[in-house]
Amino acid sequence: MNWFKYASPASFYPLAGKLIPYFAAITVVLLAIGLWISFFVAPTDFQQGEGYRIIFVHVPASWMSMFIYCVMAFWSALGLIFNTRLSGMMTQALAPTGALFAFLSLVTGSLWGKPMWGTWWVWDARLTSQLILFFLYLGYLALTSAIDDSRRRDKAGAILSLVGVVNVPIIYFSVIWWNTLHQGASVSMTKAPTMAHTMLMGMLIMALAFWGYTIAMGLKRVRCIILEREMSSEWIKKNAVE
Amino acid sequence: MKPRQKRLLFIVGGMLVLAVAASFVVKAFRSNLVFFYTPTQIANGEAPHDRAFRIGGLVKQGTLKHEGVVSYFIVTDTRRDFPVSYTGILPDLFKEGRGVVAEGKLENSGVFVASEVLAKHDSNYMPPEAKAALDQAKQVEETSKTLKMN
Repeated sequence: MNWFKYASPASFYPLAGKLIPYFAAITVVLLAIGLWISFFVAPTDFQQGEGYRIIFVHVPASWMSMFIYCVMAFWSALGLIFNTRLSGMMTQALAPTGALFAFLSLVTGSLWGKPMWGTWWVWDARLTSQLILFFLYLGYLALTSAIDDSRRRDKAGAILSLVGVVNVPIIYFSVIWWNTLHQGASVSMTKAPTMAHTMLMGMLIMALAFWGYTIAMGLKRVRCIILEREMSSEWIKKNAVE
Repeated sequence: MKPRQKRLLFIVGGMLVLAVAASFVVKAFRSNLVFFYTPTQIANGEAPHDRAFRIGGLVKQGTLKHEGVVSYFIVTDTRRDFPVSYTGILPDLFKEGRGVVAEGKLENSGVFVASEVLAKHDSNYMPPEAKAALDQAKQVEETSKTLKMN
C-alpha cells in the first residue's frame, strides 16, 4: 500500500470521510461502557470515598492533552521536513481538541482538589506545567488564526508546537523531579499500577473512548480545513459539480 | 544532500539544542522550585528563615490534638519531627499517618505555625475491603514476627 498517496488532501479527504463513522461509533460505545463502570461498577475508594470517581475523566483527559501535543509536534516536524500541506492541516485540526482536554484536566483537577487537598489550586510543578500546556494550545490557536497566508501559518504553528513539546516530559516527570502536592502516577510504564483492577479498567476504557473522540473530531475538522483551503482547486470543483 | 534531508538535520539539531537548554532550566529550577520542605531539610537549615514556607511530611501517629479550634500535630519524615499548630478546619483527607503539606512560619520556639493545611494523598486507589485485607495481612505478619522473637 502506498501511504504517500494519502499525503495529498484530494485523496485523504474521502478516506477521512469513510473513517469518521467507525471512530464515532467506537467512541459512543466505549464512552457508555466506561461511564457505566465509572459510576456503577468501580468500588468506592478506601480513603477518598466517592469523590475519587472524577479520575475517570481527569486522568484520561490529562493523558490525551499531553499525547495530542506530541502528535501535533510530530505532524509539525513532518510538515517542515517534507513540505506537505496536509501536515499543517492535521496539526491545526488537533489543536482545539487538545486545548479542550487540557482545560478539562485543569477543571476536574480543581474540582477534586478542593474537597481532597483543601484548595482549588496550588502553584506546584505539576499543576503549573499543565497550565502552561493549556496556554501553549491557546497560543497555537491564536497564532495560527492571526496569519492569513496558509503556508506561513503552518510554518509558524509548526515551530511553536515543536518548541512547546519540551513541556510534555516536564509535566510527566514533574511529580518525580520536584516535591509536589499532586500525587505520583498510579499507572506508569515502569511499575505495576497501584490501583484496584476494576478502577483501572474503567480508566483505560475511558482513555480509549477519548482516543476515538480525538480521532473522529480530528478527521472531521481536517475535512473542513481541506475544503476551506483547497476551495479553488480542480478536484473540489469537480466533486461539487457532480 | 537533498533539501529535505537538510531540513531534517536542522530540525533534529534544533530540537537537541532545545532539549539541552530545557534540561538546564529544569536542573536550575530543581533546587529553587520546591513546593515544600521535609523536616530533615528544615533541620539542616535549607528552609527560608525570614518568610513563610511549606512543610511536608506525614502526620505522626497519635499526635493530633484539638484545643478548641486550634489543632496540634507533629509532621515527620520518619527521621526528624516538627510540631505544627493550625487554627481552622482541616481537610477531609487529613489523618494521622497520612501525608500533609502545611504553609506557615517557623517560630523561634520551634513550633511551625501554619496558616494553611493541605492534605497530600498517595497514588493508591482501592476499595475499603481490599484495604482492610491488606491491614489484616500486615497485622498477621507482625504478630507472627513478635511470636518468633519470643
